[in-house]
Amino acid sequence: MLILTCPCCGVTGEETEFHAGGEAHIKRFGPGSDDEQFHSYMFAKENAKGVHFERWRHNNGCGKWFHAARCTTTLEVFGTYSAQTYEPPKEIKDKISARRPGWSWREFA
Amino acid sequence: MSKPVSALEGASYQGFAKVEEVGLRGMITIRGDLKSAGMKKAAAAATGLDVPGQREVKLDGDTALAWMSSDELLAMVPYAEVDDRIAAIDKALKGKHYLAVNVSDARAIFRLSGGNAREVIAKLSPVDMSSDAFGLGQIRRTRMAQVPAAFWVDETGAIMVVCFRSVAQYVFDLLKGAAENGNQVGYLN
Repeated sequence: MLILTCPCCGVTGEETEFHAGGEAHIKRFGPGSDDEQFHSYMFAKENAKGVHFERWRHNNGCGKWFHAARCTTTLEVFGTYSAQTYEPPKEIKDKISARRPGWSWREFA
Repeated sequence: MSKPVSALEGASYQGFAKVEEVGLRGMITIRGDLKSAGMKKAAAAATGLDVPGQREVKLDGDTALAWMSSDELLAMVPYAEVDDRIAAIDKALKGKHYLAVNVSDARAIFRLSGGNAREVIAKLSPVDMSSDAFGLGQIRRTRMAQVPAAFWVDETGAIMVVCFRSVAQYVFDLLKGAAENGNQVGYLN
């Protein structure tokens, strides 16, 4: 079971209090984009074994969205951070590097 | 004008803890910038209480002001005075970006009393209910079995539970089942 800490209200709860919202840091391609871009936005998702970034919502709590960095094999949560960002903050990346040296995920490493 | 009634019209149950539906309580959802001076004025105008900090609830008898999220408060006031209190909030926040809505009839509120009231909650919600971890002045929004709920401890040590009115019967039945005599766990005190 995942234990997540909501960065908005500070509650540390187990996953039944939250709701997964899919992969994080996806750039949206909407009207005006070409087929290739729309296809990659809509369908090409990471299916990482190891370090992964996701969006979560504290639906049975403060109701806010946030980001989580976790490991899909061990369910270790490296950290959670604000939803209002385009990339993981440095401190989260440092924490992951300490636990999983040499990790990479999409364009982040 | 029809006569307002609460969801379960004051249903109660006595097990190893007492479960009562409290009846009508005025509730106002306030959203806006909680750190602003206007919000402080609005909170004082509506409840006479300070804006609570993260996950805090300010209590004064039947009046309370609870922190619901980083941009939302819940004011609890006497049922008959809701419209006046909203008018006071509107005055204090005039011209600002905010929202104040009467949600009194969308909610149900329960009171759990008795020595083992914490145990009843602990059976239903994924929350550490030991008195060291959860005490007076804190509010926790979470789930109760399958529905969202929020609760806090009042000055008398009773636990107040707020849920949506549409699930009032469900929550009452949950609390009743968890409080049934013979179902004590005896882990919390």
